[in-house]
Amino acid sequence: MNLEERTAYGDIGRKGLWENNTALVQLLGLCPLLAVSNTLVNAVSLSLATVLVMALASGAVAALRTLIPYEIRIPVFILIIAALVTCLDLAFNAWLHELYLVLGIFIPLIVTNCIVLARVEAFAAKNSPLAAAWDGAAMGVGLLWVLALLGSARELIGAGTLFSGIDMIIPGAQAFRLLGDDYPGLLIAILPPGAFILLGLLIAARNAWVARATATRPTAPHAPADAASA
Amino acid sequence: MYNSPYLRQNTSVRRVMVTVLVAMLPAIAVQVWLFGIGLLLQIALASATALACEAAMLSMRRRPVARALGDGSALVTAWLIAVCLPPLLPWWMIVIGTSFAIIIGKHLYGGLGQNPFNPAMLAYCVLIISFPALMSQWPGLQGSDPATQLHWVLGGERALDAVTGATPLDALRTGLLGNADVSAVMQSAAFGHVAGAGWEWVALAWGAGGLLLLALRIITWHIPVAFLGAMALVSGVAWLIDPSHYASPAFHLLAGGTMLGAFFIATDPVSGATTPRGKLIFAAGIALIAWLIRAFGAYPDGIAFAVLLLNICVPLIDIKTQPPVFGHKVEPPDGGAR
Repeated sequence: MNLEERTAYGDIGRKGLWENNTALVQLLGLCPLLAVSNTLVNAVSLSLATVLVMALASGAVAALRTLIPYEIRIPVFILIIAALVTCLDLAFNAWLHELYLVLGIFIPLIVTNCIVLARVEAFAAKNSPLAAAWDGAAMGVGLLWVLALLGSARELIGAGTLFSGIDMIIPGAQAFRLLGDDYPGLLIAILPPGAFILLGLLIAARNAWVARATATRPTAPHAPADAASA
Repeated sequence: MYNSPYLRQNTSVRRVMVTVLVAMLPAIAVQVWLFGIGLLLQIALASATALACEAAMLSMRRRPVARALGDGSALVTAWLIAVCLPPLLPWWMIVIGTSFAIIIGKHLYGGLGQNPFNPAMLAYCVLIISFPALMSQWPGLQGSDPATQLHWVLGGERALDAVTGATPLDALRTGLLGNADVSAVMQSAAFGHVAGAGWEWVALAWGAGGLLLLALRIITWHIPVAFLGAMALVSGVAWLIDPSHYASPAFHLLAGGTMLGAFFIATDPVSGATTPRGKLIFAAGIALIAWLIRAFGAYPDGIAFAVLLLNICVPLIDIKTQPPVFGHKVEPPDGGAR
């Protein structure tokens, strides 16, 4: 891997994790983001599943991109994604059955998650399999860390715990009770309005950070807008 | 929002806000008389929190702190929060509600004049969604001694029997769920002449304060009249159809937050509609949704949710009801530039 390629891969990673973050900048895939971020465990497990699907789907589409007729590419993409998600859905049902019951409809719904299709269409259909898989993974991890942050904030404010439900993944593990047993729990944080409010605060924090960074480094070139975000 | 002529009015935010505070005094006095001094503690706590949050947000936003603090708008928000919550809540609930109203409801949207939602109603909704059990504990009418009240506010162990007296709206809902009809429920102790023992007096005091605001031209007649008229109309129609399942219009006008909402909440000049016709639509919409929530919803009183829902509609209502420019006969198709 030469230097040029390495910078290209670094660029893909940085875009996925920060500059073009799916949750904070593109605001794509908000349905699972808001629905399952009520606890840290739910948020991380669903986004790990999404990372896996995005990396595999992008890689698979990129490998098949010369074979897929342009006119019917979207149905083919969806079929590939749906096949992968079905495998994942069955795997969750078999090995993490309790978590499967909690996440419920949101695992199959990864098929319709617009981030997956957006990356496949915008990136994987035009690039090599390795770069595409890396792009899918980076975009997925970008979603993962935002969702983890949102999930832990909602869980902590709403119930005073962290890692509740961890025993669904690691049997016998205990959740942390961080705010004491008599913490009453600000229920709104766990309900949908809390997800919107906290996501809004995260976006505002990122914007403030970016504004400050560009203000102190006025010579820094603006990153060209990624066409995929449209 | 209004068209010309733009007359200069000899008024200021400070004068308006101070007048509103004065107009709230009769109802506060009645509530203190009925429920004890807990309300005064609550007002003090909410005011202190509101001023602290306001000062912190203003300095973070690099705005002049002293002048904006002195305009009294934060105090009005704080007092409205304090009076619509049940007295004797633990102190941290007041702090959470008030700081949510000032920080998220007001300053994150750009401060005074920019907030699309009524901050006091936001605080109420956050609290009733988060702590429904505590929010339905109204103290009994006979009251309790000040030391005990202070103990409860500071978060001490609560003797539930002494604290809990269901509000008339709560009692009505519970009774109707138990298949009793309205007249049977009304026989119980929570109900006085019309809308619950003592509650009529609170409502009348709010009405009196509201009339003072009208007389001083702080508010116009549109919102209170449309609010109370629509509330009387919808509850009256339902009552005529089936008086055993729907309470009378008199009950709905005097119970819960109807009077407070009609004169003090819906008339908020920032988050409410501004055109005359818009105000009528806005207030009637609130009354309709509030009645629907009371009659069919899961929460006993729906004024707060109704106000927030209509707050979202205000930009649309204002555009669609823009009065024609003086001298023009036909409104422009898009309602005119603003």
